[in-house]
Amino acid sequence: MIYKEKGKTLFVGLFFLALALYPLVGGEYSITLVNKIMIYAILALSLELLVGSTGLVCFGQAAFFGIGAYAAILLSPEDGPASVWFLLPACVVLAATYALFVGALSLRTKGVYFIMVTLAFAQMAYYVVHDTSLGGGSDGIYMYFTPGEETWLDLSNPVILYFFTLLFLVWTFVFLAILLRSHLGRALAGIRINEQRMLASGFSTYPYKLAAFVTSGGIAGMAGFLFAVQDGFVNPEMLSWHLSGALLVMIILGGLGHLHGAMIGAFVFVFLQEFFKSAEIFGDFAEHWHLGLGLTIIISVALLPKGLVGLPELVQKRLFGTQAG
Amino acid sequence: MNQHETLLSGQHITQRWGGLTALDDVSLEIERGTVHAVIGTNGAGKSTLINILSGELKPTEGQVTLLGNDVTRWSQPRRARGGLGRSYQRNTIYPDFTVSENCRLAAQAQIQRPWVWWNNAQQCQISTTNASNAILQAGLDDVSNSIAGPLSHGQKRQLEVAMCLSTHPQVLLLDEPLAGMGAEETERMLALLEQLKQDHAILLVEHDMDAVFRIADRITVMVNGKVIATDTPANIRSNPDVQTAYLGEH
Repeated sequence: MIYKEKGKTLFVGLFFLALALYPLVGGEYSITLVNKIMIYAILALSLELLVGSTGLVCFGQAAFFGIGAYAAILLSPEDGPASVWFLLPACVVLAATYALFVGALSLRTKGVYFIMVTLAFAQMAYYVVHDTSLGGGSDGIYMYFTPGEETWLDLSNPVILYFFTLLFLVWTFVFLAILLRSHLGRALAGIRINEQRMLASGFSTYPYKLAAFVTSGGIAGMAGFLFAVQDGFVNPEMLSWHLSGALLVMIILGGLGHLHGAMIGAFVFVFLQEFFKSAEIFGDFAEHWHLGLGLTIIISVALLPKGLVGLPELVQKRLFGTQAG
Repeated sequence: MNQHETLLSGQHITQRWGGLTALDDVSLEIERGTVHAVIGTNGAGKSTLINILSGELKPTEGQVTLLGNDVTRWSQPRRARGGLGRSYQRNTIYPDFTVSENCRLAAQAQIQRPWVWWNNAQQCQISTTNASNAILQAGLDDVSNSIAGPLSHGQKRQLEVAMCLSTHPQVLLLDEPLAGMGAEETERMLALLEQLKQDHAILLVEHDMDAVFRIADRITVMVNGKVIATDTPANIRSNPDVQTAYLGEH
């Protein structure tokens, strides 16, 4: 067990080190791609807190992401760059506020009803930006000035943005790792496993779940800010259920209940997506990339019920007939 | 400490589900230092009663008093923090946690700030000490570092009680703690209950009549949501109404 934990820590440390060194070897396109994946990894971590750690299957995480992204553009002045130190907290607070509203109502339901209510709230947010002029309708809106432009934190520079995103990915991981082993985190784990016992022990579980929901929404809003800064453009698809579904696939693929699983899931999912979209490899079939991606995910989940994080244990079991760690 | 003070009482409790009356004007008092058993056939209303006393259900009518406070409108967690512990018919342990962590988490509910997100929970002195005491009391100290899932059924039932004890309750509501146990495990659990009743009030819902008549100080017999008798085991055994309605061939 101790070796397993040490192995996990070593893996995560090397993973972050590799990400920190990547700009030394990567070109601009690949730096931008890895930056996008890191943003998805932050988003996947936010959902992991709800699904893997608390047992709340939220099907509306894209709404908080989209709200953070739209806020980044709508709160930016049209005549100059916004301050990062104003804009980023504002995006987090707005996304967390919507999460507070959604969570306060949806957490009164359970199971499949909770899934449906979170989906409904996300679709509500989607149609607000899709069908009104608030966010440019279905065409979306552009960011005219990147936050921090002409300062030391010029986020229009891909390398600076890369390290800024990496910093927040590391921060999110460490923050959640500390949270999950704290009193709050253990209470969330108890709620996931047996809420009835938690109530009988004296935990009023609703505020705990709401705290997790709001925290998760705020982190998703932070990812939304980073995405808007990178692309300089947002559209309603960022709030759609397709993205919420893809995020669930990422954390299941990586391995539910593991923070590093959420990051691995995000990286593998986007790499697979890029792989099957590649016309150089698949020719005309590349336009049917959903098929290849879907089949690969089905096979992965069937062969690796614990997700990709369960792979070392499975390999060791096959090779040596014992469990890892 | 007054040895026979009433710690928990239900007065005139009625529970209706539409046209069905699950509990009809049920009253009972649980005193410190006693095991008060509730027996009855399936559907007699025992589980509904225990759910109302623990706060999982709000009664249609009636009042629940815990340590002198009217707790009828209190939520289940508030009653638990107020000194009420309960176990369930089915195991409600955390199978992936160690025995120690199962109890530590239960004990965490009683600390001042059980929601703190920055401290390592496993280094919490208060909840760890309370958990260790409960584990020792329940006789599980040999397996305190073992994962709970693979424990024997009897040990899981003991753990269920240990988790209750971790919250420092004064009243224990135990729902079929002997269900599925072998003879040896039953003896161990009865010895534990005998020890616990010294400073707790225990309400025991149990189908094992031999065990009930051995350990209970008072017995309430329920039939179709009504109490037909509350008395000492000897008097219950000789009560003709009870013999007709429930005990039959006993």
